[in-house]
Amino acid sequence: MSTPSADVKPGKASLLYDPTIRGYFYQILLLAVVGFVIWSAASNAIENLRAQKIASGFGFWHNAAGFDVNQKLIPFSASGSTYGQAFWVGLLNTLLVASIGIVLATFLGFFVGVARLSSNWIVSKIAMIYVEVIRNVPLLLQLFFWYNAVLKPLPNPRQSIELPAGFLLNNRGLYVPDPQFGPGGNLIIWALLIGLVATFVFRSWARKQQAATGKQYPIGLVAFGLIIVLPLLVYFATGRPITFVYPELAGFNLRGGIQIFPEFVALLVGLTTYTAGFIAEVVRAGILAVSKGQTEAANALGLRAGPTLKLVVIPQAMRVIIPPLTSNYLNLTKNSSLAVAIGYPDLVQVFTGTVLNQTGQAVEVVAITMAVYLTISLVTSFFMNIYNKRMALVER
Amino acid sequence: MIRVIGAALIAVSAAMCASGALAQSPTLAQVKNRGILHCGSGTGLAGFGIPDQQGNWSGMDVDVCRAVASAIFNDPNKVKFIPLSAKDRFTSLQSGEVDLLSRTTTWTISRDTALGLNFAGVNYYDGQGFMVRKKLGVDSVLKLAGASICTQQGTTTELNLADYFRSNKIKYEVVAFASNQETVKAYEAGRCDAFTTDASGLYAERLTLSNPDDHMVLPEIISKEPLGPVVRHGDDVWLDIVKWSLFAMVNAEELGITKANADEMLKSDNPEIKRFVGTEGKFGEPMGLTNDWAYRIVKHVGNYGESFERNVGSGSLLKIARGQNALWSKGGLQYAPPIR
Repeated sequence: MSTPSADVKPGKASLLYDPTIRGYFYQILLLAVVGFVIWSAASNAIENLRAQKIASGFGFWHNAAGFDVNQKLIPFSASGSTYGQAFWVGLLNTLLVASIGIVLATFLGFFVGVARLSSNWIVSKIAMIYVEVIRNVPLLLQLFFWYNAVLKPLPNPRQSIELPAGFLLNNRGLYVPDPQFGPGGNLIIWALLIGLVATFVFRSWARKQQAATGKQYPIGLVAFGLIIVLPLLVYFATGRPITFVYPELAGFNLRGGIQIFPEFVALLVGLTTYTAGFIAEVVRAGILAVSKGQTEAANALGLRAGPTLKLVVIPQAMRVIIPPLTSNYLNLTKNSSLAVAIGYPDLVQVFTGTVLNQTGQAVEVVAITMAVYLTISLVTSFFMNIYNKRMALVER
Repeated sequence: MIRVIGAALIAVSAAMCASGALAQSPTLAQVKNRGILHCGSGTGLAGFGIPDQQGNWSGMDVDVCRAVASAIFNDPNKVKFIPLSAKDRFTSLQSGEVDLLSRTTTWTISRDTALGLNFAGVNYYDGQGFMVRKKLGVDSVLKLAGASICTQQGTTTELNLADYFRSNKIKYEVVAFASNQETVKAYEAGRCDAFTTDASGLYAERLTLSNPDDHMVLPEIISKEPLGPVVRHGDDVWLDIVKWSLFAMVNAEELGITKANADEMLKSDNPEIKRFVGTEGKFGEPMGLTNDWAYRIVKHVGNYGESFERNVGSGSLLKIARGQNALWSKGGLQYAPPIR
């Protein structure tokens, strides 16, 4: 049976049984079926839209929107802004909550995951209860809980809770002093950027030095100097150009300052705690996947528990952790669309909600939204895959 | 594909079943085939469309659906109510999930044209108002500068709000929710200083608040909100059926035909009443209905005035005055073309 196919003379029968040709045949067949389904779905949709005389096309993009959105990272108002701008407002709000949520959920998830493996009985049990409660309650309910828990106990703006440094808290959100940059203010930003880059360069240089010579450098101290002290020096050198506009009571609401909306806080807290529950389990699985012998070997070399975890266990666990971690990042981003339930103006609320309703162009709006979530997901997995490749076991 | 085949089958079967009718409505054929009317209703607004504890729906908008079901099936209960939020209602109607939408929907030009919909008339003339807490000490919308205002997204309310505050140069912050319930809950929790929707909705929602007397409706009505049932483009006969079901209720009030005296009216000598109850003329057939279609509506649902009083007027908790919803002959706007 191990006759090489090249020996068989080409004929009808052999062509029929040639695995390569069969492979091509089935792939082309599958492609044709998929193509036909897409084509018939599209033509059916176009036909129905035409039959019902529903406007179609993407012309609505430049039409005036006529509604307002409270949280916006780019200028947007009912007067003069378009549906296209509404799309960007929604998209940026989605990206804002997703990116901050991913960072916070990662920290919290790692913390809880490690805590669950702690030898301290109380710590590990608390972590276990957290994971089990969070994982088993639907996210939507948690969002309602957080929104009501964030909102209900807070006083109205007239009785705002005064926090240090001019912060005010009430049922309209958290009001933060708004920094105003005077002349020379942008130098501070530059100093901060330079500090960050210099820290990064120094860190990689120090690591190479350590690998080559074994000598350790005070990375933390240098980073503190470059990132904190340098911009502070520039701040005083340029004559303290940053002033703050403090929120104050005007009428029955507050004026001035940056308002952090309760919808944002509730969504962020909900997404973070929920996703962290899953990340904690991923981290636990990753750590348990590392053979106990590794820890024992590290202990035998005289490493204490902290460095063992940081230098030996976690780097090996990361190989197991990263792929499911990526899935959780994607889930968090997609789950942010539940914002619609608590009134946070994310992409789904602003675009698939209000814009779709005002224009009635369901097919176009939903297609765009799907494309956006697909793009966000693909970009996230792309970067996580690069990271995964770097962390993967390199066999010699 | 399946829908195309399905539609073709329905069209063929409708053509075979048609017995001398002048025109056929694919929607009517589908409803008759199914044996029940799918009616898109609100998610629960007292007086307009709300289910009780047994799941029986009642309200002004619900009565329109029941009228259509009565005209078709001679049974007001052959309606399945499908609750839709403001945000989902048009998509559901466009995609054929519901045959008819009757849920406090404002008639506007863009909805009537670009959205591929047809409005079948006005069953309630409304206008947008604002509700605030009494202790806020505000007696006019114009004093709401800097206020947070809760509203439902995807509504004309959201657009009127932006227009009104922009034209009066008042700053405000909008907080928009997908459902009415969430909007009211957020207002009650103090997230907003004011809650805005159609005035009728404000009165209905005020009753659901834990302490209705703490809240007041501001005097300004900032918009015209003609609310009425909606159907899809492309089925003119179906539009006629819904439109004339509504007109039948208004005409019945004008002619003095009520739920109680409908049977007596079958023996009436008045030519207008004879045409209405179907003892003279054939006004149901062109729509694919029986000639006593209008009699059936009044027999089961009652006339417009009865529906109004029962659901939102003196016979209800809302106690809304007839106002502009009175008949044209009594100084209101309700006016139905004659049946002849």
